[in-house]
Amino acid sequence: MLTILLLAVPLATGLVAATQSWRRWVGWLCTASLGGVLVLGIVLATRVLHGRAVSAFAGILRADALSAFMVIVIGAIGLLATTQSVRYLDAEITSGRGTARHATLYAVLVQGFITTMLLAVLAGNVGVMWVAVEATTIITTFLVGHRKTRGALEASWKYVIICSVGIALAFLGTVLVYLAALHAGHGTHVSLQWTSLMSISHHLDPGVMRLALGLLVLGYGTKVGLAPMHSWLPDAHSQAPAPVSALMSGVLLTVAFYALLRFKAICDGALGTAFPRALFVTVGLLSLIIAASLLLSQHDYKRMLAYHSVEHMGLIALGAAAGTPLAIAAVLLHILGHGLAKAVLFLASGEILLVEGSTEIDQVRALLARRPALGGIFAFGLVALLGLPPFSLFVSELNMLRAEVQVGLGWAAAISLICMAVIFGAVMSHGRHMLFGARADGEPVARTHSIVTVPLISGLVGCAALGVLAWPLESLLRAAAMVVVR
Amino acid sequence: MNNATYSSLLELAAGLVILCAFVTLWRRSLSAIVRALCVQGVALGLVALVLGLHRRDAVLITVGCLVIAAKGAVIPTLLRRVLANDSLNRETSPLVNVPASLVGAGALTFLAYGATRPVVALVPTSAGRLIPLGLATLLIGFFSMVIRRKAASQIVGLLLVDNGIALVAFLATAGVPLLVELGASLDVLLVVVVLRVLAVQLWSKFAVLDLDQLQELHD
Repeated sequence: MLTILLLAVPLATGLVAATQSWRRWVGWLCTASLGGVLVLGIVLATRVLHGRAVSAFAGILRADALSAFMVIVIGAIGLLATTQSVRYLDAEITSGRGTARHATLYAVLVQGFITTMLLAVLAGNVGVMWVAVEATTIITTFLVGHRKTRGALEASWKYVIICSVGIALAFLGTVLVYLAALHAGHGTHVSLQWTSLMSISHHLDPGVMRLALGLLVLGYGTKVGLAPMHSWLPDAHSQAPAPVSALMSGVLLTVAFYALLRFKAICDGALGTAFPRALFVTVGLLSLIIAASLLLSQHDYKRMLAYHSVEHMGLIALGAAAGTPLAIAAVLLHILGHGLAKAVLFLASGEILLVEGSTEIDQVRALLARRPALGGIFAFGLVALLGLPPFSLFVSELNMLRAEVQVGLGWAAAISLICMAVIFGAVMSHGRHMLFGARADGEPVARTHSIVTVPLISGLVGCAALGVLAWPLESLLRAAAMVVVR
Repeated sequence: MNNATYSSLLELAAGLVILCAFVTLWRRSLSAIVRALCVQGVALGLVALVLGLHRRDAVLITVGCLVIAAKGAVIPTLLRRVLANDSLNRETSPLVNVPASLVGAGALTFLAYGATRPVVALVPTSAGRLIPLGLATLLIGFFSMVIRRKAASQIVGLLLVDNGIALVAFLATAGVPLLVELGASLDVLLVVVVLRVLAVQLWSKFAVLDLDQLQELHD
């Protein structure tokens, strides 16, 4: 019941938005819908915390602690992003770049985007989950190209071509998992349910599963933004409207990673931990190295944030490679912390673009002196993203590194630390250019609208609170980790 | 249908799928390529039909008919609309010339036979032996996406990839469950629609046809 309600809330909101001509209250209704998703996610979490999953439609929808956690991530970051959608659409309409029809299309697509992401994490069936992840690509294409500039259309083209190829590979991987399950089931009823795949995972043919896992990591890895299939990510995330970038970078990447976590648990059963671990370590380190080398020479702050996502996806891939309960709990905390911090930064960068008119790092100067509130949010966002205390990313990165050392991946942890140090230096130097400096003589201090400051500061406070007080989430994280650890 | 007819029909249909993949590399006129894709879609549907008749599986027969309708009629029509905007209608400058790309496709077919060995070992039927052809179609699809430059050619490459995967799915597992099958087909159809809209927008607003002209975004 709860799972159906969760999908119905954004779906119904999307329908309402489609039938109404654009008004600001429609925008706030969309925000309220995400608030509803967050509340329902928390209710769902309390319901499934003690190991009892809820399901609907004969198991097509199924929610355990891991699904509930991902619903909370989608709700929290979606709420943050939709508060800024109204501001983005207002700016587009007043500047004459967009019309009311554009705004309606945007609102409907965002609600559809949220619905498909929720379906992906609530699907009890790997096939349905695949359909949902593919649907996110189709819906977000038009959101990426929403501004209809040449760059935006180019980014959409690359995005849909590369992600469709990637997700097609994931489908082939899913077919192979199904083949292995057919043969392991010995003629008994075989399905693509997570639960049945997990229960027969020890009997799945290792040769086929090895091929399947390779395809799944490459395929879903494309949507996660893991190297070597990451090249769409900086283009799409830098061209999309800021609230969409926040949603894509903050949640969509990790929804695809959720699929990998589930499949890794099945493959750990079929193949032992060594092969999946080697695969995850390889893509994780490759992503970190590529992110570090490309961040050094960035001149566009939205692209800088996008490459930063590649880095963090690499870090969680390494954490997942370690695979102990501690590591997976840290990976999940990192998913939430990174989502919040990255959403705040993308939303702040949208506001910077709006008031400064450029995404070039060189064109933005002395933000802290000229626009203290906006500059402060951007500065604290960067501090959070670089993994400094008190923000939760510090705790989760520390725990992931500890877990990696425990399972003998100390060398990988060392390489990731070096990459993180390089990225730290690069981002600090870019950030210094944008933030510090003196105000020109006679230039007034500009105030930032509270519609921007209040949600973004709450996002940062939330991220810091998670780092200091783990208690509200601790038991949920532990329960969710046990779903994919054997 | 007796066993000999069944396996020769299956071989014929699967052979037609891979043959059409080679034709898309061989021809440079985009309308000929779309025709080859149309034939490939029908052949893919026939694979499902033959399997369905052999196993007396009504669901699989339905899926086969749907595949013929979608890939033999709907998708080619959508693609022809993209081509209607294009005055040249030829792949003028692929990165690899035609003879070399055919040799490449042959090499990819060998690779496909090597890579699918564990899968073929698991399915020792006459259908199972044909699985490498599906993977070969997929790899040729990738190859043509890499070496061709027109927007329409990339859509063709993507569809080859998808047809290859569908062929593997039919041959290896007699199709994934119906719900998943329908969802997947609908997604592919929508991707083609999305790409068509984007191609039309790129053409009408910025006169972009070759993907080499997409150079705005880089590091």
